Amino acid sequence: MSVLAENLDWGVGRKTILHDVSISVAPGETLGLVGPNGSGKSSLLRLLAGLKRPRAGLVTINGKSVVQVPRKALSREVAFVQQSAATETSVSVLDVVRLGRTPHRSALSGWSAEDEAAVTEALTRVDMLGHRAQSWQTLSGGERQRVHIARALAQSPRVMFLDEPTNHLDIHHQIEILRMVRDLDLTSVIALHDLNLAAMFCDKIVVMRSGSVFASGTPAEVLTEELLREVFRVTAEVNCITPGAGPHIRFTP
Amino acid sequence: MTAGVPDGSAVRLALLTLVSAAALAFAIAVATAIGDYTIGLGTVFLAIGNGLGLTGAELPPIEESVVWDLRLSRALVAALAGAGLALCGAILQALLRNPLAEPFVLGISAGASTGGVCVIVLGIGAGSLTLSAGAFAGAFAAFGVVALLSNGATSGPNHTILAGVAASQLFNALTSYIVTTSGNAEQARNVMFWLLGSFGGVRWPDFQLLLVVVPMGLAVCIYLARALDAFTFGDEDAAALGVPVGRIRLALFAVTAVMTATIVSMVGAIGFVGLVVPHAARYVVGPMHMRLLPACAIIGAIFMVTADIVSRVIVAQQTIPIGVVTALVGVPFFALILYRARPQT
Ligand SMILES: Nc1ncnc2c1ncn2[C@@H]1O[C@H](COP(=O)(O)OP(=O)(O)O)[C@@H](O)[C@H]1O
Ligand SMILES: [Mg+2]
Repeated sequence: MSVLAENLDWGVGRKTILHDVSISVAPGETLGLVGPNGSGKSSLLRLLAGLKRPRAGLVTINGKSVVQVPRKALSREVAFVQQSAATETSVSVLDVVRLGRTPHRSALSGWSAEDEAAVTEALTRVDMLGHRAQSWQTLSGGERQRVHIARALAQSPRVMFLDEPTNHLDIHHQIEILRMVRDLDLTSVIALHDLNLAAMFCDKIVVMRSGSVFASGTPAEVLTEELLREVFRVTAEVNCITPGAGPHIRFTP
Repeated sequence: MTAGVPDGSAVRLALLTLVSAAALAFAIAVATAIGDYTIGLGTVFLAIGNGLGLTGAELPPIEESVVWDLRLSRALVAALAGAGLALCGAILQALLRNPLAEPFVLGISAGASTGGVCVIVLGIGAGSLTLSAGAFAGAFAAFGVVALLSNGATSGPNHTILAGVAASQLFNALTSYIVTTSGNAEQARNVMFWLLGSFGGVRWPDFQLLLVVVPMGLAVCIYLARALDAFTFGDEDAAALGVPVGRIRLALFAVTAVMTATIVSMVGAIGFVGLVVPHAARYVVGPMHMRLLPACAIIGAIFMVTADIVSRVIVAQQTIPIGVVTALVGVPFFALILYRARPQT
């Protein structure tokens, strides 16, 4: 499914947070969203997922405007992994991942074999099957994040939006999760901070600055030394060692 | 757990249901048997059987009348009131994502007392309005204020709780104002005593009303149980799971308000049941609402009927306000749950 955002404007009160943002993601593509803190990555993801309405502009998924599709129908196709999700309730890992089946179940229907298969597969993919009976409260930060990704996978989505999904993960699981998202038959938009990981796993990269798109294109086109200096205020060397494998960034002191 | 195949947890659940249903029936029977004039349990069952036309036993008319006309309706009202309040507590704790939430956080008991005082002390309605009607109106007025203050329940949960606190303060102030300026302390005392809760005056029509309101509330809540689960990680997360958050919140708040206002206007603002029972139920059946809500209803019913029994036997020849008993019985019980449920860190 394709994801298209055209000229989005969004703000709170008199404050404008996103201004004239347009992006386009082709079916099956993985788009990396990078930018400094507060540049509007999370806000943009919320608009894309239809959780907030833009003041102007239009988000369409597979040609349909997200604010017009009924919530339940939308969430059968679109999953959203929040930047930080927490609860005080003592739920088990299995309970949390089962929530992912909510859009596929009617109010009183039982738990189907299909539901069970989706949950088990999702837990296996994030390497958390062995923790399924554990209380969510007792998980480490990275484990919680993996459980939330599993929940999104259990939704059996065609489109996935992930807000800094690799934040608390060890390097092995960062790479595993990103590889999995890339290799799944999904269209995905991932907000990321690690530019090298973005270069490795994303087909395209959009660089945000102060609520607008600063640059977009393939990792090699976008991640240049000038851009890093201008947007992220760091000096770095960018090398394309192996052609086709994306640029490699080495930050210099 | 796969669909249709009973496993260990399903068997355990069936067993729990059976045991708790039996416990409730037993509690209701005991509540019907005891009192100033104690009646044997066998007689109680026969009298109930006679009343339902199932048995045709010869019983002393006085005993039959005490069971059927006075005590059974009272015990059944207690059961339904307990079920309703516990249910409301579970709903609000889930919607507001706050373990301290209970039916009265929406300002409903404060509103009910203002309404009651208006009718009794100020004589609003000139005798045509009963205390109950006044309390019901007051409870709904308070709920309206909360809904307005919290922006039609579309804003965040903390906002709603703060609005409830503000509404409670407002209505408590109104009550105090009316009581102090009208100068009839005796009437005010009556209203206050009534608010602490009593099943003394309830009869069959009260039961019939609750028999409509509480099971309907339960049905709506069960129908929305999946949506309630989705609120575990907050409103936005629920929306991402396909739940129409605004509509569900409003519907559930309205159901809670109707149930609470009906119960409060009938038997007073009985505290603690709505707070403590959901926690106890979660401890037994876990946090997911498809199981939690029925469990709350049945545990709430048992708890309230038991509290009513205690309120009648603890001091000879006297009935303690039920709200006092629910707190006295509830707190140690609650302490035990808190102690046992400490996170294993
Ligand atoms: N509800 C809100 N009210 C006011 N400001 C907000 C709100 N949401 C986001 N912002 C502001 O908008 C900017 C972009 O936020 P966000 O999208 O979370 O950035 P990012 O995810 O890129 O770090 C930040 O400056 C943030 O403070
Ligand atoms: Mg962010």
